[in-house]
Amino acid sequence: MASENSASPSRLALALKEGVIAALLAALLEFPIIDYQAAANIDNRLVLTSRFGLAMTIVAIVFIARVSIYLYQTRVVARAVVKVKGPSVFAPYVQWINYAGIAALVVFPFVILTLLGSGGALKWVNNYGVQILIYVMLGWGLNIVVGLAGLLDLGYVAFYAVGAYSYALLSTKFGLSFWICLPLAGILAALWGMILGFPVLRLRGDYLAIVTLAFGEIIRTVLINWTDFSNGYAGISSIPHITFFGLPFDDDDHGTFSSFFHIAYSPIHRTIFLYFLILTLALTTNFVTIRLRRLPIGRAWEALREDEIACRSLGINTTTTKLTAFAMGAMFAGFAGSFFAVRQGFVSPESFTFVESSTILAIVVLGGMGSQMGVVLAAILMIGGTEILRELEFLKAIFGKGFDPVQYRMLLFGLAMVLMMIWRPRGIISSRMPSIFLAERKSISGANVSEGHG
Amino acid sequence: MDYFLQQLISGLTLGSLYGLIAIGYTMVFGIIGMVNFAHGDVFMLSAFIAMIIYLILTQLLGVSSLPVVALTALIGSMIVTSAWNWSIERLAYRPLRGSFRLAPLISAIGMSITLSNFVQVVQGPRNKPISSLFTTNIVIHQGADFPVTVAYNQIIIVVGTALLLLAFWYLVQKTSLGRAQRACEQDPKMAALLGIDVDRTISITFIIGAALAAVAGSLYVMKYGVVTFSDGFIPGVKAFTAAVLGGIGSLPGAVLGGLIIGLIETFWAGYFSADYKDVAAFSILAVTLIFLPSGLLGRPEVEKV
Repeated sequence: MASENSASPSRLALALKEGVIAALLAALLEFPIIDYQAAANIDNRLVLTSRFGLAMTIVAIVFIARVSIYLYQTRVVARAVVKVKGPSVFAPYVQWINYAGIAALVVFPFVILTLLGSGGALKWVNNYGVQILIYVMLGWGLNIVVGLAGLLDLGYVAFYAVGAYSYALLSTKFGLSFWICLPLAGILAALWGMILGFPVLRLRGDYLAIVTLAFGEIIRTVLINWTDFSNGYAGISSIPHITFFGLPFDDDDHGTFSSFFHIAYSPIHRTIFLYFLILTLALTTNFVTIRLRRLPIGRAWEALREDEIACRSLGINTTTTKLTAFAMGAMFAGFAGSFFAVRQGFVSPESFTFVESSTILAIVVLGGMGSQMGVVLAAILMIGGTEILRELEFLKAIFGKGFDPVQYRMLLFGLAMVLMMIWRPRGIISSRMPSIFLAERKSISGANVSEGHG
Repeated sequence: MDYFLQQLISGLTLGSLYGLIAIGYTMVFGIIGMVNFAHGDVFMLSAFIAMIIYLILTQLLGVSSLPVVALTALIGSMIVTSAWNWSIERLAYRPLRGSFRLAPLISAIGMSITLSNFVQVVQGPRNKPISSLFTTNIVIHQGADFPVTVAYNQIIIVVGTALLLLAFWYLVQKTSLGRAQRACEQDPKMAALLGIDVDRTISITFIIGAALAAVAGSLYVMKYGVVTFSDGFIPGVKAFTAAVLGGIGSLPGAVLGGLIIGLIETFWAGYFSADYKDVAAFSILAVTLIFLPSGLLGRPEVEKV
């Protein structure tokens, strides 16, 4: 006890010293990017506005944070307790949690509809339900490439674009219906997955990531500049809307969804139909992935992810293994893309930027690579979270009128990616369930596997 | 011929900027084997810092001597950007040593998104125009149709890059710091056993990379006179292409690669179409990585099992 007492003042002094250093560093970093804001005036000349108040607040926050972190890190730990992590308490109920989740998703639009009426429900089902499910589906698709096969693909959005433009062009130029275009979009995207996958077979890790990024950007640049084909920046508009297997969701007395079922017309019908469509597509993606993991090809993907050389020396054909992973992932992105086109009724290259790719990648990584449930949680957190940012009106009251929470969306996104890598590199779902086992199937910590799930 | 000469001058200028950024990529890759995805955004940040220091000096302090202003902005930007990159390495990359293979790359992508959006939030999303500096043209050849000119800022960029490269080459080849750096590149564990502070060497590598990116950023603002928060991504990817083309890990390779990319891009835009110039650069990246993964001046990578 005595030694502890004598040690504590110097610990505090050290903490304060660290705090001062951090605060000085923060002050240096803030100069001049936060201290002054350069904004163009009416004559388009830049004028500086100083913001020392804000800068000083940040310095103070950094100081306090650094001191507390230092004190926390150097606290005298009474006794080091080694915690042996057993399998999660939820483990026996995982199956039931999944069923309950699916049931909740099925009743979600109807519950919202009863609670809020068709006007209020439209926003909820569209902004939260459909929007999140699109990203869940994209996350599951990318999970095949990144989580299972271990190929870091930074150009995934290109296949999403191929799917979206397939539907947009086939429906506007040739008048094909959505139900014909959907499989076609998937096939075309898978084909592009193989075309782009073929040259990068020899690359691994970081190089693969950069080349796929380059391919993604090439496809986007072509979409922007080849105006005869894709109408450039202006994009393709007036894409036909979704129909209920031929019955349009229009306000009409003959041959529409509402007249066929003798119910009053409401715009919510289309939204709910879209919701169930994307739910079905997403669950199909999930189902196919789960089944594929038990097939030889799925095991080959996971073997490839863990050790390519060992995998090759065991006689697995890495070429076909990689190509199927690319093609499968791309196919689901193609489905999602054509859904995106039919939902928006408009596609333009602006929707398929690198930021979109990194959003999907962030969802896969934050969820815990290879974990299907993790992707769902991460998508709800990231997409739902950013949608909620729009709702936070009270923040305007705190930070003043000009404060717009939405502009912090991508900033928080980026920070979340970095912090997640530092604190929980294995993602939200960090336990791993082996896909193949000797006597007993039990989950292990993610730290025990080299790359992903399983 | 005159047209060719004029394009050549622009290409060399652009290529020098790419080369300066590429050095940051190639050094970091050499020492910790990581693609520092945020490096392009560090370049963008440095351009903003230089721009604001320039505005502080001219508007608030009323300094009128242009060379003094430009030099102060350059040095100020180098110092502040180095501090930024040091902090980034300390906070976002160092805790990840020994983590799984893709962790540093993902963290760097997160950092890249963070930096560009940070600048967007604190400085606003619109273009920041200041007028280009040192735009006086020298006529070097009176052609039949038009005179071939070279602007002062182009001379500054090319000569500045050459001088920096010389200084840098001396640093890496002749000083103990450079020796430590090359040792860490070859075998960090062995270097640590021999008493080299590996963490410190890596920190210094990031600082040097940032300082060179800051030179590129300041010169970029001086030459083009406008900067916006999204300006980091495309130059970043092109500089990375340059690093790969020259052979990643090789310093002369980075500059050579930068010049080649700059020239190809300028000639492509000058003779074919400006629309697809990014496609040209990206295709070079893909083709190099696929068919010539060790680059022009790099050593072939030997994989140990």
